[in-house]
Amino acid sequence: MKCNEFVELVTAYLEDQLPADQRSEFEEHLSLCPGCERYLVQFRTTISLLGQLPEESITGPARTHLLDAFAEWGSGGAADVSDP
Amino acid sequence: MASGTRPGSEDPPDDTRAPGSTPFAESELVERLRAGDETAFSELVERLHPAMVRLALTRVRSRAVAEEVAQDAWLGLLRGIETFEGRSSLRSWLFRIVTNRAISTGLKERAHLPVEDGELEHRDGRFSQDGWWVTPPTHWADEVIDRITAPALAGRVHEAIAELPPGQRAVVTLRDVEGLTSAEVCAILDISEGNQRVLLHRARTRIRAALEQEVIP
Repeated sequence: MKCNEFVELVTAYLEDQLPADQRSEFEEHLSLCPGCERYLVQFRTTISLLGQLPEESITGPARTHLLDAFAEWGSGGAADVSDP
Repeated sequence: MASGTRPGSEDPPDDTRAPGSTPFAESELVERLRAGDETAFSELVERLHPAMVRLALTRVRSRAVAEEVAQDAWLGLLRGIETFEGRSSLRSWLFRIVTNRAISTGLKERAHLPVEDGELEHRDGRFSQDGWWVTPPTHWADEVIDRITAPALAGRVHEAIAELPPGQRAVVTLRDVEGLTSAEVCAILDISEGNQRVLLHRARTRIRAALEQEVIP
């Protein structure tokens, strides 16, 4: 396996979707190639960072609109909450 | 995720997310919503609405329209909560409503964006003709991870996500940012497992490259 093939298989490897023979080749390459090893670490770091992004906030008007709609729905006005 | 994680363990069940997006006891939440508990609704809206807007933005052009689609999906939740049977998680169900509405809205505004994306950008010069690294990745110092909390780096990651083609953006947002499973994402976006993986891989590849540029100026 070459480096340019390795980098295309990283997600499939992480999802455990590689056929056994390809997975062995992948792991063999990984054990021999510091560049690809670093690439895999960076890929995992990227995934981990994506999972830790600070959450965005809902806008004030959207919040108000939705809470109003909920109050209306809760008071039996569900019929008024209709498709535009 | 620790860098030593083995394959397969990368796809946690829906209830092992990091703090800040910990799932709720779902049946209890559904009961509270049915009973008209505003706190329950409000908490759910705070947590999921921004992601719903982002998801809608993969199918419609403007943020204002995406905002409408997401708000409309909440009204759909209220209409349907009585009959919600819990075959999917509440979150998956909401994202599915968003996707359906965004698709029909996107079609109406003639801005429908297909899930298929163009070719992966080529890392010119990264590999030799034989396929080996010309410029191997360099080590990322630990402070990279610490810096993600810095608004600038988080902003750069958000930018990198925003620059992705729509299909990649939808998949990486749901899988990696929101932490859904691949099965859930396939159901929400109505795509195959294989297609999902290709889109996810391309998205992660581009975001890694963006981070690399940020880390090594």
